[in-house]
Amino acid sequence: MGMTMTEKILARGAGRESVAPGDLVLAKVDFAMGHDLTIPPAGRIMREQMGAEKIWDPDRVAVTQDHFQPAKDAASAALGRLTREFSHDMGVKWYFEVGQGGICHTVLPENGLVLPGELVVGADSHSCTYGALNNFATGIGSTDLACVLALGELWFRVPETLKFVYHNRLREWVEAKDLILYVIGQIGVDGARSKAMEHVGEALKFIDMEARLTITNMAIEAGAKNGILEFDEVTERYLEGRAKRPYTPVASDPDAQYEKVFEYDAEKVELGVAKPMSPDNYSPLSEVVGTKLDQVFIGSCTNSRITDLRRAAAVLKGHHVAPGVRLIITPSSHQVAIQAEKEGLIGTFLAAGAAWTTATCGACLGGHMGVLGDGEVCLSTTNRNFPGRMGHPRAQVYLSNPAVAAASAVAGVITHPSEVLKHLPAEVA
Amino acid sequence: MSFPSVIRGRSWKFGVNIDTDQIIPAKYAIYSLDEKELGKHACEGVPGRETWASQVTPGDILVAGSNFGCGSSREIAPVAIRGAGISLVIADSYARIFFRNAINMGYPILQSPQAAEAVQEGDELEVDLDEGIIKNFTRGDEYRCEAFPEFMNELLHMGGLVPWVRKRLEEQRKAAS
Repeated sequence: MGMTMTEKILARGAGRESVAPGDLVLAKVDFAMGHDLTIPPAGRIMREQMGAEKIWDPDRVAVTQDHFQPAKDAASAALGRLTREFSHDMGVKWYFEVGQGGICHTVLPENGLVLPGELVVGADSHSCTYGALNNFATGIGSTDLACVLALGELWFRVPETLKFVYHNRLREWVEAKDLILYVIGQIGVDGARSKAMEHVGEALKFIDMEARLTITNMAIEAGAKNGILEFDEVTERYLEGRAKRPYTPVASDPDAQYEKVFEYDAEKVELGVAKPMSPDNYSPLSEVVGTKLDQVFIGSCTNSRITDLRRAAAVLKGHHVAPGVRLIITPSSHQVAIQAEKEGLIGTFLAAGAAWTTATCGACLGGHMGVLGDGEVCLSTTNRNFPGRMGHPRAQVYLSNPAVAAASAVAGVITHPSEVLKHLPAEVA
Repeated sequence: MSFPSVIRGRSWKFGVNIDTDQIIPAKYAIYSLDEKELGKHACEGVPGRETWASQVTPGDILVAGSNFGCGSSREIAPVAIRGAGISLVIADSYARIFFRNAINMGYPILQSPQAAEAVQEGDELEVDLDEGIIKNFTRGDEYRCEAFPEFMNELLHMGGLVPWVRKRLEEQRKAAS
């Protein structure tokens, strides 16, 4: 019987000919990641409780200082220090200091550290992001990470695979974010619980790797174990000059078994948002236009790579943020920030009245640099809007793509980007 | 840590899709290494449960709806619940990372759609973990739990992933010497 991409990767990791959904396997890990909130507990568990003195392979571990760094308070500084010391003591090769890395889920792909056919784990739920690069990648806890760091292997339950087929192409303005918000709205926040989401179809051929990363990034918002895409020319081009190891792509067999196949016409997907208080509370943009905003946040591992910032800048150029609204823009990595500087995007943001921050997870998880107050309304390019995610439990968070976020910051209310571009100031047009 | 076979306690009833940021708001992640402090803030982000942790009597049982613990991978979610004094979590279903974190910690969790549906807040429960049976003394009901795969039961009973890794490391050291 044929296997899916996910099954093949887990079978290889487990050293088995084949695996089937429901099997529990002990599999070798190709690459592991932890950050300033998950390395301190993992390091302590590994050294003090498991009794391991070194990590299994320092070349195959990345550590980022991204969640509460640059340290937002003394306690975060202590976590940052434990993260730094552990990485140093263990000789972690891919350690990214504040100001040199950024958000783990942008840093690992852009440095070619997570590759096709590989089994990747990260002590962060959005580790599923890497699956856009044709690998099995999933989020794990700190005890899990301690196990991987000590042994280079971990237990997995082989997931059932759900196949998502996207026919035709996305329309103008409609982005990968709108597509995945729509899908999550259809299947719900537990619609793919513990399962693999395999995304295929014509629509994906026409979107770049950064947009693909947005799709797999939000697999966890449907409860999935992993999201995975096929390997193609886009994947190959992205990895040229980037991949740090040789790799072997993986493809699903024609007779692979899927628990369910979902088919969508990408051309029919509209610009959309997730309304408060759940990522599956989908609404077409047209139904929430005019919603008054206190804050707009463009950031996170979901939508703050260079292409996202370009789209935001294209809308913001020559415009200014509306009175009474603050716009916070946080690039997802240091490399993204450097590129944004080269392209003049930062100047556009600053001229528009946006707050431009260093690369950090920051406001997305209500950490720092944009935490919401009681009753405030925010439009955000991030991934979760459960109560309290970005600050006060009564803050209202809408999720959208970056162009919609930029346009809405200019209008002060949720707006279609074309509305803002219609009113282009003469000196820019 | 020895794994209990029977747990008796009063129930607290939670809804569906309770996510990890509600179980322990991210701002408390600064206490990632302090279970007691995390416990003080457990479920503070669940609307209406802001002061819940202070009302928990050690040994109480948390009963929740489907997809409990969705969201982040932060292990501080089950750690906070344990830190608050909850002896056992029963849910209709779990988000996968919360589920594996609890198993890895050797922290007892059970899946029982029957119990999740029928149990009301304050019910007195007795849970036989070996048999997978939940008795509700308040209502005179009995519910069955879904069986976990053998390996997960083994992990739970040996106290989680820590002793399992210790054993593997021992074996590796012996093989090397």
